[in-house]
Parts: sequence; structure tokens; C-alpha cells
Amino acid sequence: MSAARLIPPLISGSLFGAGLGLGGMTDPARVRGFLDLFGRWDPTLAFVMAGAVLVMAIAWAIQRRMERPALAESFALPDARHIDAPLIGGAALFGIGWGLAGLCPGPALASLALAPLEVLPFLAAMLAGMAIHHRVTSPPRIPALQGQ
Amino acid sequence: MSGWLEQTQPLQGLAGGLLIGLAAAVILLGSGRIAGVSGIAARAVRLNPGGMPRGEALAFLVGLPLGAAIVSALAHQPRAEFASPALLIAAGLAVGIGTRLGSGCTSGHGVCGVSRLSGRSLVATAVFMMSGIATVALTNALGAGS
Repeated sequence: MSAARLIPPLISGSLFGAGLGLGGMTDPARVRGFLDLFGRWDPTLAFVMAGAVLVMAIAWAIQRRMERPALAESFALPDARHIDAPLIGGAALFGIGWGLAGLCPGPALASLALAPLEVLPFLAAMLAGMAIHHRVTSPPRIPALQGQ
Repeated sequence: MSGWLEQTQPLQGLAGGLLIGLAAAVILLGSGRIAGVSGIAARAVRLNPGGMPRGEALAFLVGLPLGAAIVSALAHQPRAEFASPALLIAAGLAVGIGTRLGSGCTSGHGVCGVSRLSGRSLVATAVFMMSGIATVALTNALGAGS
């Protein structure tokens, strides 16, 4: 892989982290405030979502007119359409964790620059959760197929 | 601090959202992929067989705290408070399993999928919002919230 291909994700990650910080999303209290619909509601997160969705709606309109992405051979986009139990159950479980801590993956990772020690238990557990899911869902390893 | 209008920051929120949208647009139009943070994080630690090349996933993850640090250096922000380590571990496990099982989080489903009008993402976003609202209401009622 050429180093030039690392530039878009590095720029994107930085813009993403800056947007989360500017929008107050690295503050768990603000995120929980948005979810506190029946208490002292703080709709700031809705403005963050609206801004992001607005820009991305334009990006999707541009994407439909492009034959290939600017810096890769082809688009690799999800095409699943079925609404199934893993989607609903996974989203429900994610929402529980999101509400408990006021953290989702983006803000938690961005917070490594702001409050690394505080966010570490969350990130370690998040990766452990991902590993548990990976272990349960991956097909068993067949020795002959290893090392591909 | 009585009403919600006092704590809400609509302009900062909107500006932050525009930056996040721009970030996702760079990945979509540049790399041809969805900027979903949970999938990218799993990819970086070899827990996601699909997704962008691992080097690109790592570059994105380096950028996240970098961007947050730049904003923090330019604009003075009060230090955020976090839940107890035990609660953070429970929440992290739920987020890790839930985002992989449900194929995305706030960025992949909430921003990229909703703006694409993906049926799966619209459903997932509605579900995790309702679930988060119920969780906060419950923890507040129990007095166990952060």
C-alpha cells in the first residue's frame, strides 16, 4: 500500500475528531443529556447529527455520479437490505452501553487525547466485546486454510 | 441552569456535525467506503474481516484523538466527567458486542446510513436511540447514572 492512501483516512479521522470535540460529543454528560428525553433534555446532539447528515446527503448525491472513488479502484459499500434480529438486537445492546456511559466508539477514541485514563476501561471493554463477537461468529479455523 | 435552552449549543453542534459529515464524505468519495468508527476500530485490531485496508483503518484512528486535541487546544473546554470504571466496563462490553452484531454505530448507521436513506440504518438508529433513552431514564430513576 502506498503511503498516499493513508492521507484521506488520516484527514478524515482528524476532521471527525475535531467535529466531535467542537460539537461537545467528547463530553459524556452532553450525550447523556441528549438521551435524557424525560429529564433535562439537551438537544445539541441532534444539531450535530443534522449537520453531519446534511453534508453526507450531498456526498451521496455526488457518489451516485462517480464511477469510482477518487483514490481507490472501486466503491465497497454495504448492500444488505434485510432487517433481522442481529441488527435490532445489536442496536438495542449498543444503545444500552451508549446510555450507560454517554460514550460511543468515535467519542471514546477521540477522548484518548483528552482523558486517556478515564476512557481506557471503556475502550478495553469495547475491544473485548468485539473480540467476543468475532470469536462467536467466525467459522472455526481449519488448519489447512490458515496462513492465507 | 433551569431550562434546556441554556445548556444547548446549537451552533457548535451544527459546526461539529458539518465537520463530521465532511470527514465521512472524504472516506466515501476518496476511499469509496463507509466511515463507521466501530467497523474501522474492529478492522484495526483484526476483528473485522471486511472493511478498509488495515493501514488506512489505523490512520483514521490516529486522526480521531489528533482532531479532538487540536479543538481542545484552540477552544478551552471544561474537563469532561466519566462514569465509574465498573460502569464504563459494562458499557464498553455492550457497545463492543452491540456495534458488531448490529453492523454499526452512531457514525456508520446514524450518519452514513441515515443520509443514504438505508432502511437497515434507519431502523438501527431508531432502535439505539430508543434503547439509549430508556437506559438513561432507568439509570436516572435508580440514581445510578454517571
